[in-house]
Amino acid sequence: MVPILTLVTQRIALGLVLLLAVSVLIFAGTELLPGDVAQAILGQGATPEALANMRTRMGLDESAISRYFAWLGAALQGDLGVALSNGRDIAASIGQRLGNTLFLAAVTAAISVPLAIFLGLLAVRYRDRWPDKLISGLTLTSISLPEFLLGYVLMYVFAVKLGWFPSVSNINSGMSFWQKLNAVALPSLVLTLVVLAHMMRMTRAAILNVMQSAYIETAELKGLRRLTLIARHAMPNALAPIVNVVMLNLAYLVVGVVVIEVVFVYPGMGQYLVDHVAKRDVPVVQACGLIFAAIYIGLNLLADLISILSNPRLRHPK
Amino acid sequence: MKGIPLSALFGLIVTGLFFGMAALAPWIAPYGMSEIVGDVWEPASGQFWLGTDNIGRDLLTRMIYGGRNTIFVASMATALSFCLGAFLGFTAAVYGGWVDQLLARGNDLVMSIPTLISALVVLSVMPVTLPVLIVVMGLLDSTRVFRLSRAVAVDINVMDFVEAARLRGEGQSWVIFREILPNALSPLVAELGLRFIFAILFISTLSFLGLGIQPPAADWGAIVKENREGIVYGIPAALVPAVAIVTLSIAVNLVADWALTRTTSLKGGRGA
Amino acid sequence: MPDPLLSIRNLRIEATVHAPGEPSREVVIVDDVSLSLDRGKVMGLIGESGAGKSTIGLSALAYGRGGIRLTGGTITLNNREIRLADAATLRSLRGREVTYVAQSAAAAFNPAKRLMEQVIEATLHHGLMSREAAEARAVDLFRTLSLPDPETIGQRYPHQVSGGQLQRAMTAMALCPKPDLVIFDEPTTALDVTTQIDVLAAIKTAIAQTGVAALYITHDLAVVAQVSDEIMVLRHGKMVEHGTVQQIIEAPRQDYTRALISVRSIEHTEKPPSAQPLLVVQNVSARYGAMAKDVLSNVSVQVHPGQTLALVGESGSGKSTMARVITGLLPPRAGQITFDGRTLPRALKDRPREDLRQIQMIYQMADVAMNPRQTVATIIGRPLEFYFGLRGAERDARVQELLDAIELGKGYGERYPAELSGGQKQRVCIARALAAKPKLILCDEVTSALDPLVADGILKLLLDLQAREGVAYLFITHDIATVRAIADSIAVMYQGRVQRYGAKSDVLAPPFDDYTDLLLSSVPEMQIGWLERTLATRRMESAGN
Repeated sequence: MVPILTLVTQRIALGLVLLLAVSVLIFAGTELLPGDVAQAILGQGATPEALANMRTRMGLDESAISRYFAWLGAALQGDLGVALSNGRDIAASIGQRLGNTLFLAAVTAAISVPLAIFLGLLAVRYRDRWPDKLISGLTLTSISLPEFLLGYVLMYVFAVKLGWFPSVSNINSGMSFWQKLNAVALPSLVLTLVVLAHMMRMTRAAILNVMQSAYIETAELKGLRRLTLIARHAMPNALAPIVNVVMLNLAYLVVGVVVIEVVFVYPGMGQYLVDHVAKRDVPVVQACGLIFAAIYIGLNLLADLISILSNPRLRHPK
Repeated sequence: MKGIPLSALFGLIVTGLFFGMAALAPWIAPYGMSEIVGDVWEPASGQFWLGTDNIGRDLLTRMIYGGRNTIFVASMATALSFCLGAFLGFTAAVYGGWVDQLLARGNDLVMSIPTLISALVVLSVMPVTLPVLIVVMGLLDSTRVFRLSRAVAVDINVMDFVEAARLRGEGQSWVIFREILPNALSPLVAELGLRFIFAILFISTLSFLGLGIQPPAADWGAIVKENREGIVYGIPAALVPAVAIVTLSIAVNLVADWALTRTTSLKGGRGA
Repeated sequence: MPDPLLSIRNLRIEATVHAPGEPSREVVIVDDVSLSLDRGKVMGLIGESGAGKSTIGLSALAYGRGGIRLTGGTITLNNREIRLADAATLRSLRGREVTYVAQSAAAAFNPAKRLMEQVIEATLHHGLMSREAAEARAVDLFRTLSLPDPETIGQRYPHQVSGGQLQRAMTAMALCPKPDLVIFDEPTTALDVTTQIDVLAAIKTAIAQTGVAALYITHDLAVVAQVSDEIMVLRHGKMVEHGTVQQIIEAPRQDYTRALISVRSIEHTEKPPSAQPLLVVQNVSARYGAMAKDVLSNVSVQVHPGQTLALVGESGSGKSTMARVITGLLPPRAGQITFDGRTLPRALKDRPREDLRQIQMIYQMADVAMNPRQTVATIIGRPLEFYFGLRGAERDARVQELLDAIELGKGYGERYPAELSGGQKQRVCIARALAAKPKLILCDEVTSALDPLVADGILKLLLDLQAREGVAYLFITHDIATVRAIADSIAVMYQGRVQRYGAKSDVLAPPFDDYTDLLLSSVPEMQIGWLERTLATRRMESAGN
């Protein structure tokens, strides 16, 4: 078999194994940790009868292993169970919310990815001069603020003081695309700032790394123009690391979404997860945890696949 | 301590100030932690330097006590994650073989779930108490320290001077503590600062989500949560913790930078 | 008399050095150097590391690497001043009038592009030829440089050809736009000696056929003597001496040049083998991990007390693996090793401390063989503590004795390795090995990373210590001249086997087997015309082709 195909197959298989292991970990994390789930839900004052009832209802009398396989089997068929707190079907509740979350993430990615690459190139072009220093100073500040605080700062300035955007991002299926876009403007701006810093710094580092290679010097000594040189010699080699950077940050976005949704009361997955953690609604937490982890692992897998596929040594074996 | 650059001096003083306030909170705070002393969301005044919060408690007092909680939890979690992560990372690198494989693959597995998601999953079933928070944060964060210290130690472990020590017949503890550790120190010191800042952000986020420090106690994240309603009415009380967090982060960063420069010199620090 | 092609007057070059953890400082790299090169002539620039020779070479392109700045003097190329020329002028001369061949072609080729595309890039960029004409010229050059499959090799990617071939492809890349001047920056230094001779011959042929002028930069006087018309000797950024090849080699005027020429002239008369060998390696085979092939197969050699066995071979011959097997770092798959009459346990962890003490090791890169966080006194003192339990004043006194033995004297104990020169570092490593009072020291390419004069000093020290302490050496090297200087017996290694083994006088005397003949004849000698004579008489092609 061609080595590159072997590598790709291996990496995909590894991703699947990882996903399976993560499902075990999430299940174990909620089921096997010390602390009685039934007790946690019902509180300290629960009667023994109520506790026993709750345990039976949650299937806690069966062995953990058989419960895991029942859970995983159902999850693979799209059945994520029923929420303990309100008895609703979890899959149905998640459907719309997942769509909202992905919409927010997509809008953010559409703004932040081109912007980060552009700023990264700018920082390299004016390396160690004021544009570079300004960009890195701003990104450092935005890294040292937690997402939710950045959210409130922007909300205070843009929604309350300036009144440009709504401070609460309500979204529903009846809204037009532009109305939706206006609703997510502030949260996606916050998320953009959060991922932009990382993405820009890593893009800058990736390009600089390539620019320090001996073959860039070779090209420079051929009398090539700076732009030709970057486009023809640096880009083909920097593309894989940059795509990698983008993927990793999109994966990071998945987490940032959770907190930002709470700040802007956005009806997405993150809000849903946090609400149900507080309610100790274990099936919902398991389902959401699994979905978030799957997206995260999927994006990381994609990043690895791209760097394998773009490696000339693997594409053109000896 | 002479020749210490201005930026590092500033960082040291600010960091010291924050830690000092945390340690001496009961003595320097003007009011009691949960004492209601005024109206709801009073503006800053001579009586209440930062104003009052959503139920009329003095905000400065809340900030000082909140800082105490934030800094305590973050320091403990960082200490735990560092000791555990560095110890396991060095062990994996020095022993190699199946010990290394087991630790590294297990670490990859935990890292394949976003930290916040892991924390939320665990906190959905565990009681939210200070020790639980510290252990959960410390354990999750130790995966990052593990990865770094293992990578650094693997690089050093293949150097000829480590091989020379092995050929001399030195034991593992000499190799780890005398050959590898002194050379791994500067990346680890830089990482220590980063991890501490990350821990501050992390505990703040958890408290903000209501899954961190529980009322009536508070930390900076909880203060944001309590006062968030005010933002819509133009009351900036919820933004005060932002200033505190940014200041502390930048100060710690400056100190870490300086420590990094100090420890990178290979001439025993005499050249610097 | 026509104007010279390149004329450099009073060149001064400075740079900013950023040492980790220290404030940056300014250093002068080249000071008041002048040279002049006519069309079609080849000038060799020679010197040790830090002589500024590469920096001067690149100044012909008005290019400074990293933080290097051309701060003074004039550089005139084709009758125009280029040191202060604007960016557009520089772009028009780089890749058209002057081209560059780097030391590591493997790094200098873009891994993502085919060879042909890169070879003809400058030619097309400057609009010198049509694509068809440029490709045809490239194929011609490939043929001149005796690359295999000249018609199709251009379609390959850099990682698909060998190091020697890549170096030749880079030469083709430099010659393709028909430049007036080519800068060769140590083009053969990274290659094995048997590959070097072929690349050197190819470069020489190509220079002769195209009539291009060249600056040939190297640290090896014997190499530069084969390709140059004149030679400039540099030291610490200043010119030492300049003359024709013949004058420099046969009648050097300066002491420094004389020292460079007489380097490696250490005389060592071989000692007869004793009745009782110290180390016996018997039918040893070894391989790394799950590799399918043995790196060492069925190797047997002996080292006698107080004598030196030299293991000679090229990269991949298995000579360094031998050291790993003897120290127990790599337990052999078969065979046994006897030391001082007793069988050594195969693995390091099973050996008693006394066995470890008796066999010490010195490494090629002294930089990384010492813990940068320990002082010299700690580095040398640790074996004293560890093996002999010496403490305090007793230990310090012995450390000082050892420092005296390696000719470093007082005040060095408190220094860190970063505060020592390359040669001093290697001396400290020798002292650390001696501190254990071993019977055998394994020396793995201990002089290869050093400049020739410094290497000479180390070899003299090792011989001197052997005479005084009676220690035996297993000396691993790829350098025949070093072998001649210090060995009592020699084992020539080739592809994991011992090709030829015996007393020095026997091994180095004909009749030779084919490989030994190739290896010995490939070592450049300091004679004009050596290259042609050797190529005409050798029997075996080198493996690097």
